[in-house]
Amino acid sequence: MLAVNFLLLGAALFCIGVYGVIARRNAVMVLMSIELILNAVSLNFVAFALMSGAIDGQVFALYVIAVAAAEVGVGLAMVLMIYRNRKSIALDELSEMKG
Amino acid sequence: MLAAEAAQLSSGWFLENVWLIALIPIVSFALIIAFGKHLPMKGSEIGLASMFASLVLATGTAIQWIQRTNSASGGEESLGMLQAFGRSMPRATEGEVQPFIEPVVHTWVWWSNGPLEFGIGSSASGLSVLLLWLVAFISLLVQVFSLDYVRGDRRYTHFFAAITLFSGGMLVMLMAPNMVQLILGWEIMGLCSFLLIGHWWEEEANSRAALKAFFTVRVGDVGLLVGTAIIFFGANAWAVDNLDSNGFDINAIQAWALSGEANSKFLLWGAIALFIACIGKSGQFPLHTWLPDAMAGPTPVSSLLHSSTMVVAGVFLVAQLYPVFWQAFDIGQGSLTFIAIIGAITIIIAALLAFVQDDIKKVLAYSTVSQLGYMMLGLGTGAWLPAVFHIFTHAFFKCCLFLCAGSVSHSGSHHSFDMKKDMGGLRKKMPITFTAWIISTLALTGIFPFAGFWSKDEIIDNVGNNGYTFLMWVGLGGAVLTAAYMTRATYLTFFGEPRGAAAGEHHGDEHAEEHEMEHISVGAPEPRSLGAAANAHGGDDHDAHDDHHASDGPHESGPLLLIPIVILAFFALFAGLANPTPLASRFGEGIESMKKYVEPRSTPVPFEDVIATGPGESIMLVDGRPAAAPSSEGEEGAKKSGCGFDAPEPGTACFFPSVSHAEPSFNKILLSLGVVAAGYAVAIAFNIAFYGRKNKHLVGLTERSKVMRGGFLFLKNKYYLDALYENVIVRAVAHPIAKGTNWFNQNVLDATVNAAGEGARRTGVWVYDNIDQKIVDGAVDGSGWIAEETGHGLQSTQSGKVSQYGALLFGAAAVGAIVLVLVNVS
Amino acid sequence: MNALILATDNVNVAQNVAFGIIAAVMIFAALSVVTTKNVVHAALWLVMVLAGVAAQYVLAAAEFVAVSQVLVYIGAVMVLFLFGIMLTRAQIGKETGLNNKQWALGIPVALVLFGLLAWVIVDAFGDDVLPDRGPAPTVMLSDQFLSIYLLPFIAISFVLLAAAIGAIVLARKD
Repeated sequence: MLAVNFLLLGAALFCIGVYGVIARRNAVMVLMSIELILNAVSLNFVAFALMSGAIDGQVFALYVIAVAAAEVGVGLAMVLMIYRNRKSIALDELSEMKG
Repeated sequence: MLAAEAAQLSSGWFLENVWLIALIPIVSFALIIAFGKHLPMKGSEIGLASMFASLVLATGTAIQWIQRTNSASGGEESLGMLQAFGRSMPRATEGEVQPFIEPVVHTWVWWSNGPLEFGIGSSASGLSVLLLWLVAFISLLVQVFSLDYVRGDRRYTHFFAAITLFSGGMLVMLMAPNMVQLILGWEIMGLCSFLLIGHWWEEEANSRAALKAFFTVRVGDVGLLVGTAIIFFGANAWAVDNLDSNGFDINAIQAWALSGEANSKFLLWGAIALFIACIGKSGQFPLHTWLPDAMAGPTPVSSLLHSSTMVVAGVFLVAQLYPVFWQAFDIGQGSLTFIAIIGAITIIIAALLAFVQDDIKKVLAYSTVSQLGYMMLGLGTGAWLPAVFHIFTHAFFKCCLFLCAGSVSHSGSHHSFDMKKDMGGLRKKMPITFTAWIISTLALTGIFPFAGFWSKDEIIDNVGNNGYTFLMWVGLGGAVLTAAYMTRATYLTFFGEPRGAAAGEHHGDEHAEEHEMEHISVGAPEPRSLGAAANAHGGDDHDAHDDHHASDGPHESGPLLLIPIVILAFFALFAGLANPTPLASRFGEGIESMKKYVEPRSTPVPFEDVIATGPGESIMLVDGRPAAAPSSEGEEGAKKSGCGFDAPEPGTACFFPSVSHAEPSFNKILLSLGVVAAGYAVAIAFNIAFYGRKNKHLVGLTERSKVMRGGFLFLKNKYYLDALYENVIVRAVAHPIAKGTNWFNQNVLDATVNAAGEGARRTGVWVYDNIDQKIVDGAVDGSGWIAEETGHGLQSTQSGKVSQYGALLFGAAAVGAIVLVLVNVS
Repeated sequence: MNALILATDNVNVAQNVAFGIIAAVMIFAALSVVTTKNVVHAALWLVMVLAGVAAQYVLAAAEFVAVSQVLVYIGAVMVLFLFGIMLTRAQIGKETGLNNKQWALGIPVALVLFGLLAWVIVDAFGDDVLPDRGPAPTVMLSDQFLSIYLLPFIAISFVLLAAAIGAIVLARKD
C-alpha cells in the first residue's frame, strides 16, 4: 500500500472540511466541518506512524481526538448560548467583529 | 600573622537549620487556617507557639553566630581590651587582619532550568541573624498584645493566621541565600500586608487603604524584578566562572560587585531598579503615601509593619546588597548618592507632615517614614553599621509607641485615635502606658542614654564624617523636628484637659462628626478606629466591651497589653548598649558588639575558601583565612583602599566594602543633644502656649495668616501627592495613553490604507500635471484608482463574518504555500 | 485516481481494495456533509466519515486509535452534535439558507488547497510504500503516554477538565 493513498485521502477530507467551513452558514455545520479537518489530520498522523515505524504518530492522533472532544463540547456550548441570545445560529448574522 | 592555620570556623545545629525559623510560622499559618476555629483560643495559640519557637531558634542561632565570630579571631576575645585606647587608629593595625566570617548557607534545589539551579534554604550572616532574632522577638510581643486587643473580632482566627504568615514572609526574606527566595518572601509580605490592612474590609475606606498599600508597593516591586534580572545578567557569568554559583546568589552578587570586573552599566541600572523597589517598600519619598493609610489596619498590624517587618525590608535589601549600591553609586568616593538624597528628603518632609496629623497613629506613621529616611541616609553615605543598628533600636521604640497608642485607644479613648477630640490628660489614668510612651519618645528623639541616641547620633556623626556636611545638617534638622512633633503628640495625648472619650464621655453620635472630618481632609480616606469599624458592622462583637467602658471611663490596660509594652520599653531604654560607639574610647572596641558581630569584614577571601553556595550543595565550612594582608593597610590614608576601592587580588573575592567609621567626639554629641534639646524646648513652650493657655497670638494663626494657612493646607493635604497620583498620573497620564492608543488605532492604522491610496493618487496627479499627460496618463490614473479602491475593497473584507475570514485565511495560506513551493522548486 | 495508484502497487491487493472502497465512501459522505440541505442528515453522513476514518486506522495498524475513534467520536461527539442540532433547531427536515451568500468562494479555495496539497504529497512521497506491519501493541502506546508524553498527557487532562467546566458555565441557563 502506498503512503500517498492515505495522505491524499487526508488532503481530500481536509479540503472538503475547508469548503464546509467557508460555505456553511449554520454554526453546527461549521463545527462538523471542523471535525472533518481534524480527522484528516489524525489520519495523516497515523499514516506517518505506520511509515516511520515509531508509535508517536498514534499518540498524537489520540491527543487530537481528546482535543477535538473538548473543542466540540465548548463549541456547542457557545452555539447554544448564541442561540439563546439571538434565536439564530446563522454565522453571517454575527458581525460584531466588523471592522 | 597570616592566620593560615586559623581554627575552623565553628558552626552548629542552629546555624545550619536557620530555615526552621521561617518554616515554623508558615506551617503554623496553614494549621491556623485549617484548624484554628475549632481550637479553644481560636488559633492564636498556634501563632504564639510558632513565634515562640522561632524566637528560641533565632536566639540559639544568634549565640552560635557569636561563637562562630569568636572562633574566627582565634580566641582573641581580649582584642578589645588590648586596643582599649587605640580607638583613633584605623582598624586592623599591626598586621591584624580580621578574617571574613562566611555566612552559613544551607540550600536545596528548588527547581532547575538547564544548568541554572534555583535554591531555597537559609543563609545566616551577621545581618540576617540580627534581624531574624529581631523579627521573631517583635512578632511574639505583638501577638501577645493582639490576644487582648483584637479579642472578640469576627475574624480573630484569620487575623492570627495572616499576622503569622506575615512574620514568616519577612523571615523567609531575611534568610534568603538568593534573590529568588528574597522575592518570594517580599511578595508574601506584600500579600499579607494587604490582608491585614484591609482586615476590616467592610468599611470601604479600609479596603481602599489596603488596595492603595498593595498597589503603591507593587509599583516599586516592578523595580525589584527588573533589578534582579539586570543583576543576574550582569553577574551570572562571573559567578559561574569564579565561585561555582550563579547570578541569583546573594553572596556571589556581593563578590561580583566588588570584583572590579563588574560592568558598570549593569551595576548602575540594577542598583537604581532595586532602589526603586526599596522606595516602594520602605515608604521613601515619593512613594511614602501608602504608609499612613496603612493605619487602617488594626494597631498590632501597624506596630509590626512599622517596626521590624515590611518597611524594614527595603532597608534590609540595600544593606544586604550593599556592595552593589556601593559600587554603582560610588559611595566610597563620597559622591552625593541617589539613596542619600531620597533619604534626606524623606526625613524632612515626613517629619513636617507629622505636625498636622490629629490621628496619633498617623503621627507615628510619618515618624516611621522619617526614621526610615535616616536609615537610607546612613546607607547612602557609607554609614552601614549605624543604619543597621538604627533598624535594631528603632524596632523596639517604634513598636512600643504603637502599642502604647493601641493601649490608649483600647482603654483610654474608647477606640478613637483622634488626639484632639478624645485624648488628653491621660497620664494619671494610664501611668504605665505613659511611662513607656515617654521612654520610647525619648529614645526616638535620641536623648542620652536611650536606644535611639546611640544609633541616630551615629548616623548623623558618620554622615558628617564621610564628607556630607549638608546632609548632616539635614539629619540634625530632622532630629529637631522629631523632638517637636513628638512633644506635640505627647502633650495632646497625655497632658492638658481630658477631652471627649478621655473625659469619660460616652459618645454614640460620634461617627457623624467623624464623617464630617473626613470630608474636610482631602486625599486618601482616613483609617477608622476599631470602635468605628466595629460599630459600623453591627458592633455585636464589641457590645460587652462598650458596656464595660461606659461604666468606668479611661483606665489602665490589662496585663496582656502592658507586658509587651513594658518589655519593649525596657529595650528602648537599653538596646543602645549593644553598640555604644561613643563609649568605645573608654571601654574598648570590644564593647561595640554590633560592629564586631554584625558588620561583615572587608577582608578578601580566596576563591577556594568560599563556600560553594550553589543550591543543592550542603554547607562546607572552611576557615575564613584572609588571602593576604593588603600592603597599604595600617598606613595613614589607608581608609581609601581595600575592598570597595581597589579590585581584590586575582583569585580572591571581597564581600563587603571597607566602610569607614566616624570617631565619636564629645563636641559632636553635645551639638546633637543641644539641637534636640532646643527642639524640645521650643516645642514644649509652643504646645503649652497653643493648646494649654490658648495664646491668642498663636491660636487661629492659620486662619489669619495667608502664608501660615497655605503651609498648613499644603501639609494637611500631604503635599498634594495623593492628588497628583490619582488625578494627574492616573487621569491625565493613563487616560491619554488609552485615548492615544485608540486614536492611533482609529486614525493612523485605519488611515494608512486610505492614505496609501490617497498618496498614490496624489503622486499620480503630480506626475500627470508635471511630466507627461499623454503616455502615462492612463497608467497613473489607473494605479491611483487601484490603490484607492484597494483601500475601500479591504474595508469591505472586514465584514465581521467568520466564514469570510475563514475563506481568506485558507485561501491566503494556499496561495502563500504555492508561491513558496514554486520558489523552492525553481 | 485511486485505480491508477492501485495499478502500480504490487503488495497486498486485498488491503488496497478495502482502502479504495472505504476511501470512496468517505469522500462521498464528506461531500454530503458539506452539501446536504438537511442538518440531521449531515450529522449522519458525518458518522459515515468518522466510521470510515476508524476503518482506515485499522488498515493502518492502529487498533487502539480506531477503538478510541469509535468510542469518542461516534459514541460521544455525535451525540453532542445531535443534541446541539436538537436544541438549536425546532424543525427537522429540509431547509433553505444553510449556506452563506458567498458559499461559492469556498470552491476555488478548496480546490486550490487540494491541488497544492496533492502536488506536494505526490512530489514528496510518490513512491513510498507503507511497510506491512502487524498492529502496534497497546502496551507501547501506554508506555509512551506515561513516559515521554507524560507532561502533555497531564496537560490534556486539564484541557478536558477546563473544557467540561467551560461548557457547563457557557450552557447554563442563568
